[in-house]
Amino acid sequence: MKLHELKPGQKAVVRHLDVDRLPMKLVEMGCFPGSEVELILKAPLGDPYYLRIDGMPLCIRKDMAMQVDVELLTYGIHGS
Amino acid sequence: MEVKVALVGNPNVGKTSVFNTLTGLNQKVGNYPGITVDRKTGVSRMGDTLKVRIIDLPGIYSIQPNSRDEEVVLETLFDRHNTYYPDVVVVVTEVENLKRNLLLFTQIKDLGFPTVLAINMADQLPVKGIRIDLEALSEKLRTEVVLISTRTGQGISQLKAAISRYVEADKRPLLDLASVDETYFRSMDYKSWLTRSQGAVFEGVEPVSDGLSESEIKRLQQKETVRRYQQIGEVLKAAYTKDASVATGWQARADRLLTHRVWGYLIFFAVMMLVFQAIFSWSSIPMDWIDEKFAQLSAWVSATLPEGKFTELLAEGVIPGIGGVVIFIPQIAILFMFIALLEESGYMSRVVFLMDKLMRPFGLSGKSVVPLISGVACAIPAIMSARNIENSRERLITMLVTPFATCSARIPVYVIIISLVIPEQMVFGFIGLQGLVMTLMYFLGFLAALTTAWLLKMVIKARSRSYLIIEMPPYRRPLLKNVLSTMVEKTRAFVEGAGKIILALSVLLWFLGSHGPASTFGKAEETVIENFAGKNLSDDELQDEIEGYKLRNSYIGILGSGIEPVFRPLGYDWKISIAVLTSFAAREVFVGNLATLYNIGSHGEEETRIVERMEQERRPDGSRVFDLATGVSLLLFYAFAMQCISTVAIMRRETNSWKWTFIQIIFMTGLAYFSAMLAYNLLK
Repeated sequence: MKLHELKPGQKAVVRHLDVDRLPMKLVEMGCFPGSEVELILKAPLGDPYYLRIDGMPLCIRKDMAMQVDVELLTYGIHGS
Repeated sequence: MEVKVALVGNPNVGKTSVFNTLTGLNQKVGNYPGITVDRKTGVSRMGDTLKVRIIDLPGIYSIQPNSRDEEVVLETLFDRHNTYYPDVVVVVTEVENLKRNLLLFTQIKDLGFPTVLAINMADQLPVKGIRIDLEALSEKLRTEVVLISTRTGQGISQLKAAISRYVEADKRPLLDLASVDETYFRSMDYKSWLTRSQGAVFEGVEPVSDGLSESEIKRLQQKETVRRYQQIGEVLKAAYTKDASVATGWQARADRLLTHRVWGYLIFFAVMMLVFQAIFSWSSIPMDWIDEKFAQLSAWVSATLPEGKFTELLAEGVIPGIGGVVIFIPQIAILFMFIALLEESGYMSRVVFLMDKLMRPFGLSGKSVVPLISGVACAIPAIMSARNIENSRERLITMLVTPFATCSARIPVYVIIISLVIPEQMVFGFIGLQGLVMTLMYFLGFLAALTTAWLLKMVIKARSRSYLIIEMPPYRRPLLKNVLSTMVEKTRAFVEGAGKIILALSVLLWFLGSHGPASTFGKAEETVIENFAGKNLSDDELQDEIEGYKLRNSYIGILGSGIEPVFRPLGYDWKISIAVLTSFAAREVFVGNLATLYNIGSHGEEETRIVERMEQERRPDGSRVFDLATGVSLLLFYAFAMQCISTVAIMRRETNSWKWTFIQIIFMTGLAYFSAMLAYNLLK
């Protein structure tokens, strides 16, 4: 799934991001394959997204979130 | 000997507080040669012999440049011959986001600088449930690490001691580039890699050619950054623990409230109203006081000093000129107090978050909100605050439309025109019509800014994809010291920057207004006495007539009659034309000039007297000069026209382009001219 599909409160692990289409700054802010990302909330108009990446707060736009592959973390139940 | 110490760090780590704590009041703000970016330096003593020059650089996340702010830092750190090239770098970080902060630290360290790591906000450790093992951290990073708190003063002397030991610093790089890509980095050091990956220039470092594509280089850059984070992660695993059970629940609740779809906007609106309110009402007391004092000073000078050209220049040119600058200090200071409070508390980031989606259809970003809001005080600092917008198109559009925001210099013009042409009556029984029109003028400013932005978006091609990446800093209680130093620093920059220009112009205007051809201007007194002979004028009235005659025949008066045909379609007579023309240097001279023009000795901003006199002003056909048509025409002209030399100068420097500077002048002034003409002809 993609990062923008997360619901507020859900956590996921970044799997892949397309460096050709995303600015290097995203990586520099700590978002890269292996990082844990949590969606805290969306702005009132559904964009931008307020995230926590490895515990550090970050805000990005939806179009950017759409280009980040993530894997949902489900606590307790495995292999859902 | 003087040692240069650069403070480098992410935004929101309290770097400025560290700077203020280290330097006290021994600081000064300057500009980098060529570009205007605030650079602050200050002096600090460490031990008995060491004198240290501290250089505060804009906050950055990485040494890869994404915005103008970041480029500035790199110019200082990469160029050995730069005046501010440091002998030692202090990387300032904070306890909560240490991991992200350390990315920049490892890059600085790898550049080969003697480096000290300062971890700020130590007072937050128990609150956030964080433990840091300084010894382990210091050993793993091969760097002196100091835990400090600018709030409590903890660790500052240790930081100074660590800086003074800079010669002993371990300068070996932390990252082994070979661990990123063994074959590619076999014979390449960090500086060569930066030369290749981001076009950096270092003395004595040859450019690298390797035949790799842009995309392959980007992939290597990503690998490098990820590798750095892995290394940081390993270091922190041993030296950093956070107790997850320590809740920061109120922060999350504050976020939900302040970004709520109803409350969020309402609170933002309320905060803005408070700021506007404060700018107008709080500042009126000190402004009146300054006004009065300068008027008194002028009067005192002309009464005390021997009569002559020099006294006139001082009393009518220089002192009112300085007064015209000083009078804006309260507004500028109050505005920057609020801007500092909004930024320091962490609220500004929430506003950016809240507004981003709304701003994008106009080719702007959430970050454009900050300049547009600051523009209500003064376009100069507002345009400079657009520097952290990464996307060049969004930054350019923001700078181009910011001068439409109703700046404080327009207030006196609006006040006098509105009181002349808008009747003093109530709408719906409780809203004052004059106040309503004033509010409408503010909306008109923002509307013009947004509409123009939308038009520019159609015209200016996007050179790079627009994106928004901002940190959401935790809410913090603002430090009084920082708020005060921001106020002082920005006010001083305003006085020194805009002040010089306003001063020079007022002297020039005085000269042109008080001199004229000997054949007419020189014989003013005789001519007027002759013309009014037998009309029984009092001495005061006669004096007023003489002043009026002098002005009409001064160089500026001659210029005014020359320019009148240009402004006639807008409904302005020659006197208004002069006032408008002189306003092209700075709008705020309008009222003072009109006052002189209507033969009143302008003792400060005596708006009621001026209003009375202007009301009585008649056209040759007996109709009022300041009727609704001319009034609305003037309001529109002042709302849109680019009438500020300082803004033009700052635009030239910030855009580094005469083209955009001229486009802005022509567009704004053209819009002003045609909308004023339209309004005049519709209402006439």
